[in-house]
Amino acid sequence: MAITKNRSMMITATNKVEIAIVREQDVVPLRNRVKDYGVKAGMSILNQTKLITATSELVRNLLKYGGGGKVLVEEVNNGRDKGVRATFIDNGPGIADIDLAMKDGYSTGKSLGLGLPGTKRLVNEFDIKTEMGVGTTVTIIKWKNG
Amino acid sequence: MGDFLLVTIQVDLYDQLAENLESDLINTINKHNSKGVLIDISAVSIIDSFMGRILGNIAVMAKILDAQTVVVGMQPAVAITLVELGLSLNGVISALNVEKGMDLLRAKMYNGDNEEQIDDDNSDQ
Ligand SMILES: Nc1ncnc2c1ncn2[C@@H]1O[C@H](COP(=O)(O)OP(=O)(O)OP(=O)(O)O)[C@@H](O)[C@H]1O
Ligand SMILES: [Mg+2]
Repeated sequence: MAITKNRSMMITATNKVEIAIVREQDVVPLRNRVKDYGVKAGMSILNQTKLITATSELVRNLLKYGGGGKVLVEEVNNGRDKGVRATFIDNGPGIADIDLAMKDGYSTGKSLGLGLPGTKRLVNEFDIKTEMGVGTTVTIIKWKNG
Repeated sequence: MGDFLLVTIQVDLYDQLAENLESDLINTINKHNSKGVLIDISAVSIIDSFMGRILGNIAVMAKILDAQTVVVGMQPAVAITLVELGLSLNGVISALNVEKGMDLLRAKMYNGDNEEQIDDDNSDQ
Protein backbone atom coordinates (compact mmCIF):
# COMPACT_ATOMS: atom_id res chain seq x y z
CA MET A 1 0.00 0.00 0.00
CA ALA A 2 1.23 3.50 -0.71
CA ILE A 3 0.36 7.13 -0.22
CA THR A 4 1.88 9.84 -2.37
CA LYS A 5 1.78 13.63 -2.25
CA ASN A 6 2.55 15.70 -5.40
CA ARG A 7 4.70 13.43 -7.47
CA SER A 8 6.75 15.54 -9.89
CA MET A 9 7.10 14.72 -13.56
CA MET A 10 10.81 14.51 -14.08
CA ILE A 11 13.50 14.68 -11.44
CA THR A 12 17.23 14.29 -11.82
CA ALA A 13 19.19 13.20 -8.77
CA THR A 14 22.90 13.57 -8.06
CA ASN A 15 25.46 13.16 -5.29
CA LYS A 16 23.73 10.28 -3.54
CA VAL A 17 25.00 9.24 -0.11
CA GLU A 18 23.84 6.25 1.86
CA ILE A 19 23.89 6.48 5.65
CA ALA A 20 23.36 3.47 7.89
CA ILE A 21 21.18 4.08 10.94
CA VAL A 22 21.51 1.57 13.73
CA ARG A 23 21.35 3.59 16.93
CA GLU A 24 20.21 6.95 18.19
CA GLN A 25 23.73 8.41 18.00
CA ASP A 26 23.43 8.15 14.21
CA VAL A 27 20.60 10.69 14.18
CA VAL A 28 22.52 13.94 14.76
CA PRO A 29 25.18 13.21 12.08
CA LEU A 30 22.37 12.40 9.63
CA ARG A 31 20.62 15.67 10.44
CA ASN A 32 23.88 17.54 9.85
CA ARG A 33 24.38 15.79 6.53
CA VAL A 34 20.88 16.68 5.39
CA LYS A 35 21.45 20.27 6.48
CA ASP A 36 24.60 20.42 4.31
CA TYR A 37 22.51 19.33 1.33
CA GLY A 38 19.88 21.97 2.14
CA VAL A 39 22.53 24.68 2.37
CA LYS A 40 24.06 23.56 -0.92
CA ALA A 41 20.64 23.74 -2.60
CA GLY A 42 20.43 27.35 -1.39
CA MET A 43 17.51 26.78 0.98
CA SER A 44 16.34 29.44 3.42
CA ILE A 45 16.87 28.77 7.13
CA LEU A 46 13.14 28.09 7.45
CA ASN A 47 13.10 25.46 4.70
CA GLN A 48 16.28 23.89 6.09
CA THR A 49 14.64 23.71 9.50
CA LYS A 50 11.51 22.07 8.07
CA LEU A 51 13.60 19.56 6.13
CA ILE A 52 15.78 18.67 9.11
CA THR A 53 12.79 18.37 11.45
CA ALA A 54 11.03 16.04 8.97
CA THR A 55 14.24 14.01 8.70
CA SER A 56 14.48 13.76 12.45
CA GLU A 57 10.90 12.46 12.75
CA LEU A 58 11.33 9.85 10.04
CA VAL A 59 14.67 8.56 11.25
CA ARG A 60 13.19 8.28 14.72
CA ASN A 61 10.38 6.09 13.33
CA LEU A 62 12.90 4.05 11.37
CA LEU A 63 14.81 3.31 14.58
CA LYS A 64 11.87 2.89 16.92
CA TYR A 65 9.48 0.89 14.75
CA GLY A 66 11.62 -0.33 11.84
CA GLY A 67 14.52 -1.56 13.97
CA GLY A 68 17.03 0.58 12.07
CA GLY A 69 17.87 0.77 8.39
CA LYS A 70 19.41 3.26 6.02
CA VAL A 71 18.81 6.71 4.64
CA LEU A 72 19.67 7.90 1.13
CA VAL A 73 20.26 11.62 0.65
CA GLU A 74 20.43 13.22 -2.80
CA GLU A 75 20.44 16.58 -4.55
CA VAL A 76 17.46 16.79 -6.87
CA ASN A 77 16.46 19.08 -9.70
CA ASN A 78 13.13 19.21 -11.55
CA GLY A 79 14.18 21.81 -14.11
CA ARG A 80 12.53 24.61 -12.18
CA ASP A 81 13.91 24.18 -8.69
CA LYS A 82 16.68 22.51 -6.74
CA GLY A 83 16.02 20.49 -3.64
CA VAL A 84 16.91 17.61 -1.37
CA ARG A 85 15.46 14.12 -1.45
CA ALA A 86 15.78 11.78 1.52
CA THR A 87 14.68 8.14 1.45
CA PHE A 88 14.22 6.20 4.68
CA ILE A 89 14.38 2.44 4.25
CA ASP A 90 13.82 -0.19 6.91
CA ASN A 91 13.15 -3.92 6.89
CA GLY A 92 10.89 -3.80 9.89
CA PRO A 93 7.36 -5.13 10.42
CA GLY A 94 5.66 -2.65 8.08
CA ILE A 95 2.54 -0.59 8.85
CA ALA A 96 -0.80 -2.40 8.94
CA ASP A 97 -2.97 0.59 8.05
CA ILE A 98 -1.21 3.57 6.47
CA ASP A 99 -4.33 5.75 6.41
CA LEU A 100 -4.55 5.36 10.15
CA ALA A 101 -0.81 5.90 10.67
CA MET A 102 -1.05 9.15 8.68
CA LYS A 103 -3.67 10.57 11.04
CA ASP A 104 -2.71 13.20 13.60
CA GLY A 105 -2.63 11.62 17.01
CA TYR A 106 -2.43 7.96 15.95
CA SER A 107 0.42 6.13 17.65
CA THR A 108 1.14 2.53 18.57
CA GLY A 109 4.13 3.77 20.58
CA LYS A 110 2.23 5.74 23.24
CA SER A 111 3.59 8.88 21.63
CA LEU A 112 1.98 11.97 20.10
CA GLY A 113 1.37 10.44 16.69
CA LEU A 114 2.65 13.56 14.94
CA GLY A 115 5.68 12.22 13.09
CA LEU A 116 4.11 11.04 9.83
CA PRO A 117 1.31 13.60 9.36
CA GLY A 118 3.56 16.43 10.59
CA THR A 119 6.36 15.41 8.24
CA LYS A 120 3.96 15.39 5.31
CA ARG A 121 3.03 19.00 6.12
CA LEU A 122 6.67 20.08 6.39
CA VAL A 123 7.85 18.78 3.01
CA ASN A 124 6.72 19.26 -0.59
CA GLU A 125 6.65 15.66 -1.70
CA PHE A 126 5.92 12.71 0.51
CA ASP A 127 5.65 9.08 -0.43
CA ILE A 128 5.26 6.09 1.84
CA LYS A 129 5.32 2.43 0.82
CA THR A 130 4.99 -0.41 3.24
CA GLU A 131 4.50 -4.14 3.20
CA MET A 132 3.79 -6.26 6.24
CA GLY A 133 6.80 -8.33 7.21
CA VAL A 134 8.96 -6.68 4.55
CA GLY A 135 9.48 -3.10 5.64
CA THR A 136 8.70 0.54 5.11
CA THR A 137 10.17 3.13 2.75
CA VAL A 138 9.39 6.82 3.13
CA THR A 139 10.63 9.33 0.55
CA ILE A 140 10.50 13.09 1.00
CA ILE A 141 11.55 16.04 -1.11
CA LYS A 142 11.98 19.60 0.06
CA TRP A 143 12.40 22.10 -2.76
CA LYS A 144 14.49 25.21 -2.30
CA ASN A 145 11.49 27.44 -2.96
CA GLY A 146 8.89 24.97 -1.75
CA MET B 1 12.51 31.28 49.16
CA GLY B 2 13.75 29.30 46.19
CA ASP B 3 15.82 30.79 43.39
CA PHE B 4 15.58 30.72 39.61
CA LEU B 5 17.50 28.25 37.49
CA LEU B 6 18.96 29.24 34.15
CA VAL B 7 19.74 26.41 31.75
CA THR B 8 21.37 27.09 28.41
CA ILE B 9 21.22 24.38 25.79
CA GLN B 10 24.35 24.79 23.69
CA VAL B 11 24.10 21.97 21.19
CA ASP B 12 21.45 20.01 19.38
CA LEU B 13 20.73 17.24 21.82
CA TYR B 14 20.35 13.63 20.90
CA ASP B 15 17.83 11.59 22.82
CA GLN B 16 19.91 10.33 25.71
CA LEU B 17 21.30 13.80 26.41
CA ALA B 18 17.82 15.27 26.33
CA GLU B 19 16.55 12.67 28.77
CA ASN B 20 19.52 13.32 31.05
CA LEU B 21 18.76 17.02 30.94
CA GLU B 22 15.19 16.30 31.99
CA SER B 23 16.14 14.25 35.04
CA ASP B 24 19.07 16.48 36.06
CA LEU B 25 16.86 19.51 35.92
CA ILE B 26 14.09 17.97 37.99
CA ASN B 27 16.64 16.91 40.61
CA THR B 28 18.14 20.39 40.71
CA ILE B 29 14.74 22.08 41.07
CA ASN B 30 13.98 19.74 43.92
CA LYS B 31 17.31 20.24 45.66
CA HIS B 32 17.27 24.04 45.51
CA ASN B 33 13.55 24.42 45.90
CA SER B 34 13.63 26.61 42.78
CA LYS B 35 10.54 28.57 41.89
CA GLY B 36 11.40 29.26 38.30
CA VAL B 37 13.31 27.62 35.44
CA LEU B 38 14.55 29.48 32.38
CA ILE B 39 15.60 27.27 29.50
CA ASP B 40 17.56 29.20 26.88
CA ILE B 41 17.17 27.43 23.53
CA SER B 42 18.53 30.20 21.32
CA ALA B 43 21.33 27.86 20.15
CA VAL B 44 18.93 25.04 19.29
CA SER B 45 18.35 24.83 15.55
CA ILE B 46 15.69 22.13 15.50
CA ILE B 47 13.00 20.85 17.84
CA ASP B 48 11.28 17.66 16.77
CA SER B 49 8.43 15.87 18.53
CA PHE B 50 10.83 14.11 20.88
CA MET B 51 12.60 17.27 22.00
CA GLY B 52 9.26 19.04 22.23
CA ARG B 53 7.96 16.33 24.50
CA ILE B 54 11.01 16.63 26.75
CA LEU B 55 10.42 20.38 27.14
CA GLY B 56 6.77 19.70 27.91
CA ASN B 57 7.68 17.04 30.48
CA ILE B 58 10.10 19.40 32.19
CA ALA B 59 7.37 22.05 32.46
CA VAL B 60 4.86 19.58 33.89
CA MET B 61 7.26 18.07 36.41
CA ALA B 62 8.54 21.49 37.44
CA LYS B 63 4.95 22.58 38.01
CA ILE B 64 4.40 19.65 40.33
CA LEU B 65 7.44 20.85 42.28
CA ASP B 66 5.86 24.31 42.31
CA ALA B 67 8.26 25.85 39.77
CA GLN B 68 7.32 27.70 36.60
CA THR B 69 9.17 26.96 33.35
CA VAL B 70 9.87 29.59 30.73
CA VAL B 71 11.54 28.72 27.43
CA VAL B 72 13.47 31.65 25.99
CA GLY B 73 15.01 32.54 22.65
CA MET B 74 13.29 30.07 20.35
CA GLN B 75 14.46 30.77 16.80
CA PRO B 76 11.64 31.95 14.52
CA ALA B 77 12.22 29.12 12.03
CA VAL B 78 11.94 26.62 14.88
CA ALA B 79 8.70 28.18 16.13
CA ILE B 80 7.11 28.14 12.67
CA THR B 81 8.20 24.56 12.05
CA LEU B 82 6.76 23.40 15.37
CA VAL B 83 3.36 24.81 14.46
CA GLU B 84 3.38 23.10 11.08
CA LEU B 85 4.50 19.84 12.65
CA GLY B 86 1.45 20.15 14.88
CA LEU B 87 3.25 20.26 18.18
CA SER B 88 1.89 22.71 20.69
CA LEU B 89 4.13 23.15 23.68
CA ASN B 90 1.24 23.04 26.10
CA GLY B 91 2.06 24.48 29.48
CA VAL B 92 5.37 25.82 28.24
CA ILE B 93 5.53 29.59 28.41
CA SER B 94 7.95 31.30 26.07
CA ALA B 95 9.71 34.65 26.07
CA LEU B 96 11.91 36.47 23.59
CA ASN B 97 15.10 36.45 25.65
CA VAL B 98 16.50 35.70 29.11
CA GLU B 99 15.80 39.17 30.44
CA LYS B 100 12.13 39.09 29.42
CA GLY B 101 11.87 35.56 30.72
CA MET B 102 13.14 36.73 34.12
CA ASP B 103 10.61 39.55 34.17
CA LEU B 104 7.90 37.04 33.42
CA LEU B 105 8.99 34.75 36.23
CA ARG B 106 9.19 37.61 38.72
CA ALA B 107 5.77 38.88 37.73
CA LYS B 108 4.41 35.39 38.15
CA MET B 109 5.77 35.13 41.65
CA TYR B 110 4.05 38.34 42.69
CA ASN B 111 0.79 37.39 41.08
CA GLY B 112 0.75 33.89 42.43
CA ASP B 113 -0.28 31.18 40.05
CA ASN B 114 -2.76 33.04 37.94
CA GLU B 115 -1.47 32.49 34.40
CA GLU B 116 -4.11 34.65 32.78
CA GLN B 117 -2.73 37.76 34.45
CA ILE B 118 0.58 37.56 32.67
CA ASP B 119 0.26 37.92 28.97
CA ASP B 120 3.19 40.04 27.86
CA ASP B 121 5.67 38.37 25.49
CA ASN B 122 3.64 35.28 25.68
CA SER B 123 1.61 35.60 22.57
CA ASP B 124 4.32 36.34 20.04
CA GLN B 125 5.82 32.89 19.65
N1 LIG C 1 9.05 2.72 9.89
C1 LIG C 1 7.94 2.25 10.50
N2 LIG C 1 7.76 0.90 10.63
C2 LIG C 1 6.65 0.42 11.23
N3 LIG C 1 5.67 1.19 11.76
C3 LIG C 1 5.81 2.53 11.67
C4 LIG C 1 6.94 3.12 11.06
N4 LIG C 1 6.78 4.47 11.10
C5 LIG C 1 5.61 4.69 11.73
N5 LIG C 1 5.01 3.54 12.08
C6 LIG C 1 3.69 3.38 12.74
O1 LIG C 1 2.93 4.54 12.47
C7 LIG C 1 2.52 5.16 13.69
C8 LIG C 1 2.46 6.64 13.53
O2 LIG C 1 3.79 7.18 13.36
P1 LIG C 1 4.08 8.69 13.76
O3 LIG C 1 5.51 8.98 13.55
O4 LIG C 1 3.07 9.54 13.09
O5 LIG C 1 3.72 8.71 15.32
P2 LIG C 1 4.58 8.15 16.56
O6 LIG C 1 5.97 7.82 16.13
O7 LIG C 1 3.79 7.05 17.18
O8 LIG C 1 4.58 9.39 17.51
P3 LIG C 1 5.55 10.69 17.40
O9 LIG C 1 6.21 10.63 16.06
O10 LIG C 1 4.63 11.86 17.53
O11 LIG C 1 6.51 10.56 18.53
C9 LIG C 1 3.51 4.66 14.74
O12 LIG C 1 2.98 4.68 16.04
C10 LIG C 1 3.78 3.24 14.24
O13 LIG C 1 2.76 2.36 14.63
MG1 LIG D 1 7.14 9.13 15.04
